[in-house]
Amino acid sequence: MIPTPIGNATPHATGFWRRYIFSADHKVIGIQYYLTAMAMALVAGALALLMRIQLTWPGIRLSWLGKLFPAGMPGGVMTPEFYLSLITMHGTLMVFFVISLALVSGFGNYLIPIQIGARDMAYPFLNMLSFWLVVPACLIMLGSFFVEGGAAAAGWTAYPPLSALPQAVPGSGWGQTLWLLAMALFIVSFTMGGLNYVTTILNLRTKGMSMMRLPLTVWTLFFAAVLGLLTFPALTAAAIMLLFDRHFGTSFFVPGGLFVGGEIVPHEGGTPLLWQHLFWFLGHPEVYVLLLPAVGMTFDVLAAFTRKPVFGYRLVVISLIVLTALSVVVWGHHMFVSGMSPYLGEFFTIGTMLITVPSAVIGLCLIASLWGGCLRLTTPMLFAIGVIALFGTGGFGGIFLGNATSDIFLHGSYFVVGHFHFMIGGVTLFAMFAATYFWFPKMFGRSMNERLGRIHFWLSLIGFYGMFLGMHFLGLNGLPRRYYAFTQFEILKPLQGMHLWISISSFLFAAASFLFLFNFFWSLARGSRAARNPWEATTLEWTVRSPPPHGNWEAEPPQVHRWAYEYSAPDAARDFTPQTVEPDGAMAPK
Amino acid sequence: MGVIFNILMRNHPSTLAAATTGPLQGRSHGLLLALFCLLVPFLCFLFWKQHQPPPVASEHGAGIDLMINYLLAAVGGLLLVGHAILAWFVWRFSRQDRVTFRLATVRTEWKWALVPVVLMLLVAEGGVLVFGVPVWKKFYVAKAPANALTVEVTGQQFVWHFRYPGKDGLFGRTHVKFIDDDNVLGLDPTDAAGRDDLIVNGQLRLPVNRPVRLRLRSKDVLHGFFLPSQRVRQDIVPGMLIEVWFVPNQAGQFEILCTELCGLGHHMMRGLLQVMPEREFEQWLNQNHS
Repeated sequence: MIPTPIGNATPHATGFWRRYIFSADHKVIGIQYYLTAMAMALVAGALALLMRIQLTWPGIRLSWLGKLFPAGMPGGVMTPEFYLSLITMHGTLMVFFVISLALVSGFGNYLIPIQIGARDMAYPFLNMLSFWLVVPACLIMLGSFFVEGGAAAAGWTAYPPLSALPQAVPGSGWGQTLWLLAMALFIVSFTMGGLNYVTTILNLRTKGMSMMRLPLTVWTLFFAAVLGLLTFPALTAAAIMLLFDRHFGTSFFVPGGLFVGGEIVPHEGGTPLLWQHLFWFLGHPEVYVLLLPAVGMTFDVLAAFTRKPVFGYRLVVISLIVLTALSVVVWGHHMFVSGMSPYLGEFFTIGTMLITVPSAVIGLCLIASLWGGCLRLTTPMLFAIGVIALFGTGGFGGIFLGNATSDIFLHGSYFVVGHFHFMIGGVTLFAMFAATYFWFPKMFGRSMNERLGRIHFWLSLIGFYGMFLGMHFLGLNGLPRRYYAFTQFEILKPLQGMHLWISISSFLFAAASFLFLFNFFWSLARGSRAARNPWEATTLEWTVRSPPPHGNWEAEPPQVHRWAYEYSAPDAARDFTPQTVEPDGAMAPK
Repeated sequence: MGVIFNILMRNHPSTLAAATTGPLQGRSHGLLLALFCLLVPFLCFLFWKQHQPPPVASEHGAGIDLMINYLLAAVGGLLLVGHAILAWFVWRFSRQDRVTFRLATVRTEWKWALVPVVLMLLVAEGGVLVFGVPVWKKFYVAKAPANALTVEVTGQQFVWHFRYPGKDGLFGRTHVKFIDDDNVLGLDPTDAAGRDDLIVNGQLRLPVNRPVRLRLRSKDVLHGFFLPSQRVRQDIVPGMLIEVWFVPNQAGQFEILCTELCGLGHHMMRGLLQVMPEREFEQWLNQNHS
């Protein structure tokens, strides 16, 4: 039996270092993660803009950029190997160091204890440790741009032999080694975080907080953590094996008989397919690790701004269970044409089509949550509705790719790029924005600016669709991803026009993001003071002052009497009844 | 600047009340958002009118196109209906100031859940079982017919090599130790079967309407062999010999693309596919065999 440390968060530190830097307080750590992710997003976004410039105006000379990247853009013209570094690092940073860090680690750390009525995470020290492992991981990743040969260039999937043999591509030198080290560190940190989440949610719920009274944010973070624990270690192992292949002469992923860069490769007996299986065993569940919390937070935002309970709470929880179970047996749909057995392909396509069922049920619950509501279209709500729209379009695109037969034509094309940006780019990013505008008053005690927020929303929405909707149709033309330029093929030349529009949209989206950053930091210093519960919401975090004190609860931890979505209860005095209000007839449905 | 800043930033805290007050309040956003939702399927339709796969030029390719077209129609329909519902909900419920429907009963929830369950089973799972699996089997599982022509494709950082077996119908052994500038594939000089092998760089010639079996190999890293018009795509994995077969049924010249990242020249790893009448093909083959 684990002793319940519910009443003893680590003693409140008073010195600056222990309070803001090496803090064990889940709220400080959550904000640290969030700000780290924000810094990484600036880098990853800038990489994307560089890619867009090259694709739209191939070979354009930008001498001021040449000064910034003397090796990657000599004289201001981008080299192909630098372009490959850009795609690799953009993907890696965005998936692991922006979305994972902000959504799962940032909001996860901040919200879990305070939404379940705990004083802190189960293991505050482990929590601090996991953050301070991510910092070197970030620094190593960023530092890899400055080593000889540049950053890793084998794609964010790091398929060997490209990622195993330094002579195969310039970025496969120290850049790739640092990439692997940083990834290994990141996963170790993420695993510790997951352990903390699962333990905290299972053991530290306050009195009365049964599992079926949890807000969906906590439910989704719980499943995300379970998935992370089950699948992420596979890539840690794979990364270490690949490091051994690169530096210690093993051959896990490199077969014999290869001839690269004018020399015979001294490896024997491995297979690149093993890496692909290990990578996607993590890689596919990772998509759900990011998507589920995004959806959970969207539900919480929807409830607060429709002033009614979410539709189908139980259905969502059941769907999450099914989704989590199925998501660990569908990784092979990334490998339909990889050379694995075609019978396996059939297995994975049937499994993948099956996973559309719980996903669509969640989609139905999202959209039906609007029915009968009294919509308050504030900025977080606008972003939440944006999530519903993106989840729909992105999900429908997935049906084309999870189908092995149509994937023969669409695999590795811009259809894929469009699809996954809608899902792990759009749904997650819009949910992150919704969550930021929603919880900002709680986190910092001040409100963000509504008018700027709405401008941010509209520019982001138009920019996002402008970037990624059309990409699906470029894929329908057969346009392959990861091309440095589309100038060498007759069939690709007519498609150049669309790239201009995609790039303009990406500049618009970038401008909107700066608006968000400005709003964030301006509101941090100058925003108007926020009350305890500015949205008149029901969950526990809104019952304490903004920002919450160390240990979250001033006196005893709260006691919970009802589920998380008691909005517009009949006979209640107001249109929301916090979870802490004692029952007087208006109970959550059985 | 100061004026703009003032208009933008002063007195607009993000609160619950902000939704119903101020110059651009909830209702107008609801209408705009609804219109945007309706715009999306329309945009998809416009894009689709302009962006379609190149005309199909192989036998099994028609099956892949049928699969894609079925999905475009079925999923496109769902996309339209889904966006219409979202638009309606957002517009309709942003215009009311009290909650008109609060909580569904368990039975209602389950009844509504049946809609996505049935739709997805029919459209996604049903689609792949009915239209997908037979084509997949034909392309991947079925054996190539006996009269198939066999050609070996070797991917190398940034060029394609094609090898025809010659009159004996046998490919000569290769080994990496024999590779040099004159022997790009590393043919074993002691193997008689390799003497009449014909190796062509960059251009694949095939007879029209005859099944062709491709043996895909790589010298160095992963490559992706992609014939867009023939709807043939197969990754090439070093250390593995992967076979695919298909029937090109349109003569003409097509491009071969590499679609698995293979290094800094990935984007220019271009090959040509020349599909020609059988007689012309035989003529070419005879001329080039020593």
